[in-house]
Amino acid sequence: MEADDDKRYKVRAIDLHAWFGTSHSLKGITMDLVDRHVTAIIGPSGCGKSTFIRCLNRMHEVVSGARAEGTVLLDGENIYASGIDAVLVRRRVGMVFQKPNPFPTMTIRDNVLAGLKLNGLRTRDPDALVERCLRQSALWEEVKEQLHKSGASLSGGQQQRLCIARTLALEPEVILMDEPCSALDPIATAKIEELIHELRGKYTIAIVTHSMQQAARVSDFTAFFYLGELIEYGDTDSIFTKPSNPRTEDYLTGRFG
Amino acid sequence: MDLAGYRRRRLVDLAVRGACVAATLVAVVPLVLILGYIVVKGGAALSPAFFLELPKPAGETGAGMANAIVGTLTLVGLACAFGVPLGVFAGIYLAEFGDNWLGTVIRFCSDVMAGVPSIVSGLFVYALVVVPMGRNSAIAGGLALAMLMLPTVTRTTEELLKLVPNALREAALALGVPEWRTTLWVVLRTAAPGIATGVVLAVARVTGETAPLLFTSLNNNGWADGIDQPTASLTVQIYQYAGSPFEDQQAQAWAAALVLVVVVLVLNISARILVRHRVAGAR
Ligand SMILES: Nc1ncnc2c1ncn2[C@@H]1O[C@H](COP(=O)(O)OP(=O)(O)O)[C@@H](O)[C@H]1O
Ligand SMILES: [Mg+2]
Repeated sequence: MEADDDKRYKVRAIDLHAWFGTSHSLKGITMDLVDRHVTAIIGPSGCGKSTFIRCLNRMHEVVSGARAEGTVLLDGENIYASGIDAVLVRRRVGMVFQKPNPFPTMTIRDNVLAGLKLNGLRTRDPDALVERCLRQSALWEEVKEQLHKSGASLSGGQQQRLCIARTLALEPEVILMDEPCSALDPIATAKIEELIHELRGKYTIAIVTHSMQQAARVSDFTAFFYLGELIEYGDTDSIFTKPSNPRTEDYLTGRFG
Repeated sequence: MDLAGYRRRRLVDLAVRGACVAATLVAVVPLVLILGYIVVKGGAALSPAFFLELPKPAGETGAGMANAIVGTLTLVGLACAFGVPLGVFAGIYLAEFGDNWLGTVIRFCSDVMAGVPSIVSGLFVYALVVVPMGRNSAIAGGLALAMLMLPTVTRTTEELLKLVPNALREAALALGVPEWRTTLWVVLRTAAPGIATGVVLAVARVTGETAPLLFTSLNNNGWADGIDQPTASLTVQIYQYAGSPFEDQQAQAWAAALVLVVVVLVLNISARILVRHRVAGAR
C-alpha cells in the first residue's frame, strides 16, 4: 500500500513547516502531488503558496533567516534528510518564477543551456537540445532565427517561455510554477496555459495561481491555502463545483481574498 | 497677481543663476588653461625619439623616455595583478557574506585606506618590501599602487554585486547551480562591465601617482632588467626633470606630462564607454 502510494504520488509533503525568522508562515502542510498531473495551488495573497512550493525544491532556505522543518518525499526519499544535497534536488525539481528572469548576459541559446553550462555538465548535441526544449516550450518558431540575440530582447511572454525551456533542459521530474502568468498579457497567458497542457503527462507540475479560471483550466487537482494552512485539497472539478469547506467556497465566490 | 513679488523672484533667480555660471567658469578656466599649456609645451617637445629612445645626459639630442613609458605600463600592470583579484574577491565577500561584524570591520578599513595619503602607502611598502629585498623594484612600486587601488575596487565590486537582481541569483540556484558558481558565473558576470569601469577608473588614478613610487620603484636611466629592479616611470621622471636646470630635460618633462594626461583621459573615456555599454546591455 505504502509503495503504491509512493508511486502514485511524486512528491509528498508531510507536516511541513516553514519560518521567515520568527514568523511561522507554513503551519504543517500535508499534501501530495500526483505523478504526471497538474496541481494548482490557490489562496489569498500571503497565505504561503510561494513558500510551500519553494520548500519542495529547497529554495525556501536560500532566503536569509528562512528555515523549513518536516518531510518532503520525492519518489519516497526525504529531501530534507541529512546528507541530501539541495543542489541535486533542484536539478530534479525545476522552478519557474513569477517574474520572467532570463540571464541578461546570455543569448537565447545560452539561456536554454544555462543549467548545463553553469553546472559544468556536457551534452552531446547542444543544438538539438536547444531546439527540442524551445519546441517543447512553444517558442522555437518565434526565435529560431535569433538564437544568438540576448534573452533580454524578448517580450515578457517569450521570456517566460524561455525560462520554461531553460528548466526543461535539465530534464526535471517536477516543475514548480509560481504565478507564471501574473506578469503577462492574456495572449501570452493563453500560450503558457497551452504549454502546461502539453507538459502534463510528462512532468509532475505544481502551479500557484491567483486566477480561479486558470486553476480550473489547467489543473487536475486544486489545493486551497489559507493563513499558512491547507484548507482543502481535491480534484479540481469537485473543489470548484462543491467545495466541502465554507472558507473555500467563500474564496471561490469572491467573498474574500 | 503680485507683480512686485514676481519681479523680485525673477531678480533673485537671475542673480543665483549668474553666480552659478561664474563659479563654474572659475572652476573650468584653470583646467582648460592647464590642459592648453601642457598641450602647447609638451607638444613642442614630443617626437618619435621620445617614445623610442632612452634618456641621455643633458645636452645630447634625441633623448626619450621609452623606458619610463614601459615602466609605467609595467607598474600599472603589476598593480592590477595584485589589486584587482584581491579587491574583487574582497568585494564578493562583502556583498555576499558581509552582513556581520567582520564585514563591517573590512568595510571600515577599506574606507580608511581610501583616505590614506598615497605617500604613506609608498612608505609602508618601503618598510615591508624594499628594505627586506635590499633594493627598489617594480614589484614594490606595483604593490604600493595596488594598495591605492584596493579600496576603490573592493567597494565598487561590492556595490555593483548588490545591484544584481536577486531574481537572477534565484534563477541560477533553482537550476541546481551551486552557490559559488552562481556567484562567479551569474552575479559577477552580470556586474562585470560595471566592475571593469571601476577598475579602469582606479587605474587612471594610480597611473598619475608619483609619491608612492619615490621609495618603491624609484627610477632607472635605462631598461629595468626585471620586475625586481628599480624601474623608471613617467611620473617620477617628470618629477626629476621638472627640477632639472637643463632646458631640454624640462621640455621632456612637459612631453611626459602630455603623454600622461592623454593616457589618463583615454582611460576615463573608456570607462564611460563601458558604462554606456552596461546600460545598453541591461535593457
Ligand atoms: N522574504 C520574506 N521575508 C519575510 N517574510 C516573508 C518573506 N516572503 C514571504 N514572507 C511572509 O510569509 C508569508 C507567506 O508568503 P508567501 O508564501 O509569499 O505567500 P503567497 O505566495 O501565498 O502570496 C506571508 O505572510 C509573507 O509576509
Ligand atoms: Mg507568492
